[in-house]
Amino acid sequence: MAESQAILQASDVVETNERSLFKKLIRNRFAAFGLFIMLLLILTAIFAPILATHSPDKMNVTKTLLGIGAEGHLLGTDNYGRDIFSRLVYGARISILVGLGAVLFGAVIGSLLGVIAGYFGGKFDSIIMRIMDGLSAFPFILLAITLMSVLGQGLLNVIIAIGIGNIPGFARVVRGQVLSVKQSEYIEVTRSLGAKHGRIIFHHVLPNSIAPLIVYATMSIAGAIISEASLSFLGLGVQPPTASWGSMLQDGKNFLVLNPHMATIPGLAILITVVGINLFGDGLRDALDPKMKV
Amino acid sequence: MSNELLKVENLEVQFKSGSTVTKAVNGVSFTLNRKENIGIVGESGSGKSVTATSLLRLIPSPPGHISGGKILFEGKDLLTLSDKEMRDIRGNDISMIFQDPLTSLNPVFTVGDQIMESIKLHQKVSKKEAKQKAIQMLQLVGIPAPEKRLNMYPHEFSGGMRQRVMIAIALSCNPKLLIADEPTTALDVTVQAQILELMKKLQDEFNTSIIMITHDLGVVWEICHKVLVMYAGNVIEYGTVEEIHDHPMHPYTWGLLDSQITENIEDHEMLTTIPGSPPDLRQEIKGCPFAPRCSYTQDICFSKAPEMVEVKEKHFVACHFQTKENRLNRKERSTHVRAVVKS
Repeated sequence: MAESQAILQASDVVETNERSLFKKLIRNRFAAFGLFIMLLLILTAIFAPILATHSPDKMNVTKTLLGIGAEGHLLGTDNYGRDIFSRLVYGARISILVGLGAVLFGAVIGSLLGVIAGYFGGKFDSIIMRIMDGLSAFPFILLAITLMSVLGQGLLNVIIAIGIGNIPGFARVVRGQVLSVKQSEYIEVTRSLGAKHGRIIFHHVLPNSIAPLIVYATMSIAGAIISEASLSFLGLGVQPPTASWGSMLQDGKNFLVLNPHMATIPGLAILITVVGINLFGDGLRDALDPKMKV
Repeated sequence: MSNELLKVENLEVQFKSGSTVTKAVNGVSFTLNRKENIGIVGESGSGKSVTATSLLRLIPSPPGHISGGKILFEGKDLLTLSDKEMRDIRGNDISMIFQDPLTSLNPVFTVGDQIMESIKLHQKVSKKEAKQKAIQMLQLVGIPAPEKRLNMYPHEFSGGMRQRVMIAIALSCNPKLLIADEPTTALDVTVQAQILELMKKLQDEFNTSIIMITHDLGVVWEICHKVLVMYAGNVIEYGTVEEIHDHPMHPYTWGLLDSQITENIEDHEMLTTIPGSPPDLRQEIKGCPFAPRCSYTQDICFSKAPEMVEVKEKHFVACHFQTKENRLNRKERSTHVRAVVKS
């Protein structure tokens, strides 16, 4: 009994799993910076109405192309006299919405397809993965443009178009993970207990495949934000006058010489956001990797 | 209720990969009565585990498939059941314990969740009742403070404890048959003894029959009533434990027995080994599968496969030279391949 007492006590020490994940993340300075950027972005998006100093869409023809800090406009105004800072703040909403929405869309459908392909194998695997290969044969942006021209413009369609582009990546990541997890002895144990396929997949295979999925999803958010900006830049994204970082870039590119900050500011916003998310994703990958335990 | 629980007839299992067919199990037959234990022994790759997993129809398919035979469990042929009927039997009537307790439990769920899962799969009980039952099972397999242990994760358990949990899961629905696939191989010797002791104790309590797959004959002598010796997918000797222990007949069984450590082994004596390795099951085997490694072979061994013969009551052997009129004499240990190392 003394031995079992000792085991019981030792186990109390182990109960700090989730906390140590967060600690590991914070200890990594780059990841902490990434997390900071992401939080900043999310807070900006949520509190956009409070943060914005002007209405983002309100034009004022008498105050076009103002410089930084001029006449109460923190980052100046664009060619229609709209406040750039306010548009930037509202643009963050679009970026977040499309980033999360498209990745969620791609992750749910892609994971489902990946799990079916990996778990059942055989014909399912061949058919699903060949379709995924076909889908990823198109350059991402070309695929998105095609889909946008089929679906028509609008925020929801942007999310769907970018989401579809994300499906093959998720399907591949999940399939690979499922292939290794389904070999595990505990899966065979569960089968030997008489569990159905659905139960095995959702209760045993998926929870054990989730770590790489989380990392991949984080990284994909950055990609989705760039894609949204690209589509908006090309005029296929959200409808004007709604502010999006991509459409701001598009407006700014005609005034690069005269008023360079009109294009550089949204450009910087995209850059910092994407770098931040990627740094966070890298940190998350390291923290979730059991081989990198400190 | 008939006393016969399981009757396996001419079970054949094949694995197909491309154009090659591996005959992993080749006509295995045995019967198992209620509350009786059978040991399946043989070296790695002899088809023990495949035989056992195919009883539950759990061999990975494709590439594997059961190509022939019957598995009669309480008179029903398991090979004719639908997938749903088969699921109802798995874990409920027949359950299984696996070799490696370190990987048999799902790392992301608590031990309690996993015991309750098997209970909830087969019994219509509330969560609370399932939890009670799980606590009771943990207590039964000798895990102290079960209420606390229930909420712990597998990594917080030692190997022996995890195997106890596996036994708790396997027995939670009171199965009639327990298939134990080398349940003690991955454990150290003292824990092995405890687990075997526990299995014996629980068998009395649950009235379960056990199929014990092992390459440790010591385990067989300890808990089994019957022994099935397998080689290259074939049964080569089958009989009661007493018969096989006292009068083994097949040269391969002799080899297995000679390679065991016994108490009268001399200091610094090397253990006897069976030279060579098992045949490649992808190729057609002509004659006796053991012939290339047997030290008693004659011409007939390479040309004709021996049939299973009942040499004594409840003792079957597949060897050309172990018929009633024809008997081989077992060579002394020392005439086998053996080396004595003097210190």
